[in-house]
Amino acid sequence: MTDAATDVRIQREIDDTSVVLFMKGTPMFPQCGFSAAVVNALSQMRVKFKGIDVLTDPSLRDGIKKFSNWPTIPQLYVKGEFVGGCDIVREMYETGELQKLLEENGVEFADPAEA
Amino acid sequence: MSVSTSIQQKLNEALMPARLEVIDESHLHAGHAGARPEGESHFRVEIVSTRFAGKSRVERQRMVYKLLDIEFANGLHALSLKALTPDEDGEKKGFSTRT
Repeated sequence: MTDAATDVRIQREIDDTSVVLFMKGTPMFPQCGFSAAVVNALSQMRVKFKGIDVLTDPSLRDGIKKFSNWPTIPQLYVKGEFVGGCDIVREMYETGELQKLLEENGVEFADPAEA
Repeated sequence: MSVSTSIQQKLNEALMPARLEVIDESHLHAGHAGARPEGESHFRVEIVSTRFAGKSRVERQRMVYKLLDIEFANGLHALSLKALTPDEDGEKKGFSTRT
């Protein structure tokens, strides 16, 4: 059974923020190599994103898998749409498709002047 | 049956791949959360099948994940996946031989 309250919370997170990464650990301290790889790609592109640590909340860790119909973490959402997990994000980053997707969605990038 | 064998059997039956590689990478993740003492928790799969034609990356990965739902429920922790059509696989090979 899907927890309705968890679904509402997830939906709110992906509605409120353009780029959301459900991950293990935080962007500063990823707790898993796959999460770290996605953080790394997003950081290289200087994308502003929100990392949500699923390890702090078992209902979220389980709930996001059901919500996305995707059994693994990390999971990237852009403008409320599921983009993929580590393999897909890495591949899209390498081919430039991720950059294109983010630009098309008008996602905010950090000012290059800010180091 | 080992997890590796059951992954191979299920993918072979359902997707009739032109090429299938199932590589156990659990040793690379030993001691990491999600790794099991008995191993067989982390796999890398490369699969080439005509069934992926016209499907997005997310759809392809979902197809494979769905076939392995029992394995995921029983301790399979991570699956790194490359899912290609025979055409895409050919392009990749052609590219790599030119480099």
